[in-house]
Amino acid sequence: MTVDPGRIDELRVRFGGSSLNSRRVEVASIEDETEMIFQRGWTDGLPVVPPTASRVLRMLEGTTRQPDEVVALVPPNLVECTVEKVAINAVMAGCRPTYLPVVLAAVEAVCTDDFNMHGILATTMGVGPVLVVNGPIAKRIGMNSGVNALGQGNRANLTIGRAVQLVVRNVGGGRPGGVDRATHGSPAKLSFCFSEDEAGTPWTTLAEDRGFDRNSDVVTVFCGEAPRILVDQKSRSAESLVQMLAEGLRASISHDVVMGMDGMLVISPEHMARFRDSGWDRERFMTELAPHLMIDLAEIQLNRSGDLGQESSENNADLKLPKFRPGGLLVVHAGGSAGLFSAVVGGWLNGPMGSEPTSREITP
Amino acid sequence: MDESKTGITLLDPTSESTPTKRDLSPRSASIGGLTIGLLDINKPRGDVFLDRLEEHLGQRGATVLRFAKPTFTKPAPADLRHQIATQCDAVIEALAD
Repeated sequence: MTVDPGRIDELRVRFGGSSLNSRRVEVASIEDETEMIFQRGWTDGLPVVPPTASRVLRMLEGTTRQPDEVVALVPPNLVECTVEKVAINAVMAGCRPTYLPVVLAAVEAVCTDDFNMHGILATTMGVGPVLVVNGPIAKRIGMNSGVNALGQGNRANLTIGRAVQLVVRNVGGGRPGGVDRATHGSPAKLSFCFSEDEAGTPWTTLAEDRGFDRNSDVVTVFCGEAPRILVDQKSRSAESLVQMLAEGLRASISHDVVMGMDGMLVISPEHMARFRDSGWDRERFMTELAPHLMIDLAEIQLNRSGDLGQESSENNADLKLPKFRPGGLLVVHAGGSAGLFSAVVGGWLNGPMGSEPTSREITP
Repeated sequence: MDESKTGITLLDPTSESTPTKRDLSPRSASIGGLTIGLLDINKPRGDVFLDRLEEHLGQRGATVLRFAKPTFTKPAPADLRHQIATQCDAVIEALAD
């Protein structure tokens, strides 16, 4: 092994391969394995890394959990999913073994009744699981919370989100045109995963806000659509910026949606600087934001005609309601150091009627 | 690697489960005398559609029972499915908006 380090993979398969229970699928010598995987419907439309035993065993080195341990019942088919099956799909997605604990925790979170992955697939709305990673693990495995954090180019971000989606597709059986009935879908349904820029924010982190210790590794899953940019390049004060951000947030999903759907606000470093300069912490920001997010129901009704308008009660004429239910706006700090933009990720039906944002601690 | 000698061997990423195949219940030739369940999935105006169906089914001699899912975003609870299966000859599920 000292002269041929590559042999370790062969030895691992020879002596550790029996711990794997998944069906073996042989590829003919003249068959192209990538094409074969497409034909079997195991991919999301992009090529995957062929899940050989040696790769899967190497992936499993990333966790202390046993391959046969059941991680979750995966919707929509509510199939028992083992650590091994998650590892296979993580290989296919292109993950490194060090990412596996994040994928496992995210799969657990996505498969809870609260998160309601079945409904998220079945809905005609183009929403999917948005993953935010907090804690030291994000930096350790090379996740991106900076330039282009919500975009392409970072292996950890892209492949962790993709692995979760592949588990839902391959193990849970959730496929477009099957249980997945999204009218348009969204690029975010391929993979939407990033980490929070914790070092660069004077605020508590998303995970802290959700009750976790700052040193804990946590993944939060939020049911959301693709991000929309909120531009404000003019505000020089926190008071002005909070007002401008509120304008954008009020339009999340639709002006007429009040309290029924959550949102995620991703604040950029340059926007955060306005709040830092003014000494605002997270709590102060939320307090200042709240009055700007009060929606006058009469205003909505004025814009309505036809059947929906008739459903509105005249008693609501003077009523104002917050755009988001209490706790229904998740706020994260991420993005490159230059750029006076933030982003809003619109949610889906919230609470017991729809989906609850769900956090899970990431364990080795 | 030994697995590359002939063609590689992959591990199945799916659940490897085979769904149980069930035959459809026998179709009824007519509506008269049947008990038909109307399942409202709880979307806006589903009731408008189902009210109209109930009217038509009643005129054709069917007994109609109404059911509703707690929310359209989740599968119908097992107890509700059981109730419909044991009380009705047929069920119509309404999608609406």
